[in-house]
Amino acid sequence: MSIFKDAGHLFRFAGLFVLAFLVFLVVRHYVVPKSFGQYGHYRGAAIGEIAQHPAKFAGHEACETCHSDVADKKKAGKHAHVNCEACHGAIFERLPVAEQPKPNLFQRAVALVVHPLPSDPPLLRHAEDPTVKPVLPDTAVLCASCHTASAAKPKGFPQVVPAEHSNGMPCETCHQPHSPGMATPVAAAGGAK
Amino acid sequence: MNGVEGYMYPNEITLYWSVLIVLYPYITGLVAGAFILASLERVFRVEAVKPTYRLALLTALAFLLVAPLPLVLHLGHPFRSPEMYFTPHSTSAMAMFGYVYMWYLMAVLVFEIWLDYRREIVLLSQSSTGLLRLIYKVMTLGSTNISPRSLAIDERVGWIVTLVGIPSAFLLHGYVGFIFGSIKANPWWSSPLMPVVFIFSAMVSGIAGVMLLYMAITKLRKQTIDMRCVDSIAMYMFYIFIIDFSLEMLDLVHRIYEADESFRSLDFMVHTKLYFSQIVIQICLGTILPLVLLFLTQVVKLPEIARKRIYGLSGCLALIGIFAMRWNVVIGGQLFSKSFLGYTTYKMALATKEGLFMAIALTLLPLLFLWVLIKLLPPWPEKSEHAPAIGD
Repeated sequence: MSIFKDAGHLFRFAGLFVLAFLVFLVVRHYVVPKSFGQYGHYRGAAIGEIAQHPAKFAGHEACETCHSDVADKKKAGKHAHVNCEACHGAIFERLPVAEQPKPNLFQRAVALVVHPLPSDPPLLRHAEDPTVKPVLPDTAVLCASCHTASAAKPKGFPQVVPAEHSNGMPCETCHQPHSPGMATPVAAAGGAK
Repeated sequence: MNGVEGYMYPNEITLYWSVLIVLYPYITGLVAGAFILASLERVFRVEAVKPTYRLALLTALAFLLVAPLPLVLHLGHPFRSPEMYFTPHSTSAMAMFGYVYMWYLMAVLVFEIWLDYRREIVLLSQSSTGLLRLIYKVMTLGSTNISPRSLAIDERVGWIVTLVGIPSAFLLHGYVGFIFGSIKANPWWSSPLMPVVFIFSAMVSGIAGVMLLYMAITKLRKQTIDMRCVDSIAMYMFYIFIIDFSLEMLDLVHRIYEADESFRSLDFMVHTKLYFSQIVIQICLGTILPLVLLFLTQVVKLPEIARKRIYGLSGCLALIGIFAMRWNVVIGGQLFSKSFLGYTTYKMALATKEGLFMAIALTLLPLLFLWVLIKLLPPWPEKSEHAPAIGD
């Protein structure tokens, strides 16, 4: 039995490992959320929590119920698949501001230390209150975000160098954004190519 | 756009893997290399390198303790890092690395050091006083048995642990190369040779690091450098360096011969943005020059003082060269667009979470840890002129 006596310290070291593993299991039991792994490698309860977030985009169907004339024009043009809110901004909040969930004390404390809480964009509840108008974009900037020439874009995609093409004029001077084509003769628009 | 030439995809303009991610494979490489050097004595019975055995183990431990810090500091939410252990994803190489790291730290390094030092720990727990006595007592785990038989068991178990430690060291550092080598979207990284190159360069850097530490500490202790030991270490470093350089050249030649669609872009990068760090620092100063110097020591009978200077110089150059290799892999792989139409620039920040000062602090921190470890567990026998080496 002296082998066990002389190797006793090895068993102590092994015991330390076992103890550390048990502590790990206990900590893991408390820190891993109960719903983790319910559907996959994530917290199952997160789905419900995310669903509670106020929706910001309503989709083009919401706009088209009132603006069928614009929808018809858009369907015929090249921008048929560009969503209304891509240019006009989010127009819908599912919950009124007063009913939106407020961050609790812990979330506020964390926000103070780590980073500020994300601020919501101005609420555009245009669908419920038509006096709240959606964004009218600056086309000289907005159109350029897609149509600025780049070697990585497909050859058939309309691309221009904005400074040379329009001299800083808004694009809608010549083009109709809902169905982009030439609205006025090029010469009248000030020499755009 | 500032620092951008040609076309970059929007997510490529800013480099997300900073100098800390360069430091991470560098530090783990030093760990793996130092451990391999220690194994030379323990497993392969290279008696000449015995004076560096314990120093190599302590160096490996000091650097291993710091190894995850660059990664943790890189995270946006560092406090979430333990989740990798609590809920690991079986298909994530990063998550599996957490376990490899813990295995290597606890089951290999700490265990081997504890076994090797157990006799001294028990003796020190009886002879020291105050807080140190308490620390040593905790380290004994309550066992004061240092009978010849128990020490013989320690010796045998330590040998097995070192044997297991060699593939573990390969796994630890091979994994770092694996992470880069398996990113198939990046042609600069995607190569099955990457883990092998990383392992061999790790061995060179670890051996060079321990050799320099041994020479510097011995000088500081006003002791005589064991030239037989340093000559042997330099010889091993030279041989492994040759293999490392050959593998890197093989990778290069393979890329040139294959010349796939990324080749023109990568070739341009090596001739412009990476010219200084790759051609000048990594290959010329950090590889060829130390190889030539070490070659000289192998073929010409040089006086002791010349050999010491050459070993010191080539060790420093090797460390710089291998840091440059990590830099060129990590930073170089992010400088070009995956469209092969443009290049960006890495501008290192100074006093930020991932800046230069932090990188310097993380490089020095292992040396501080090593100093504490050496104070706690001296790697050389007391009164070295008279006392026999530990374990003899």
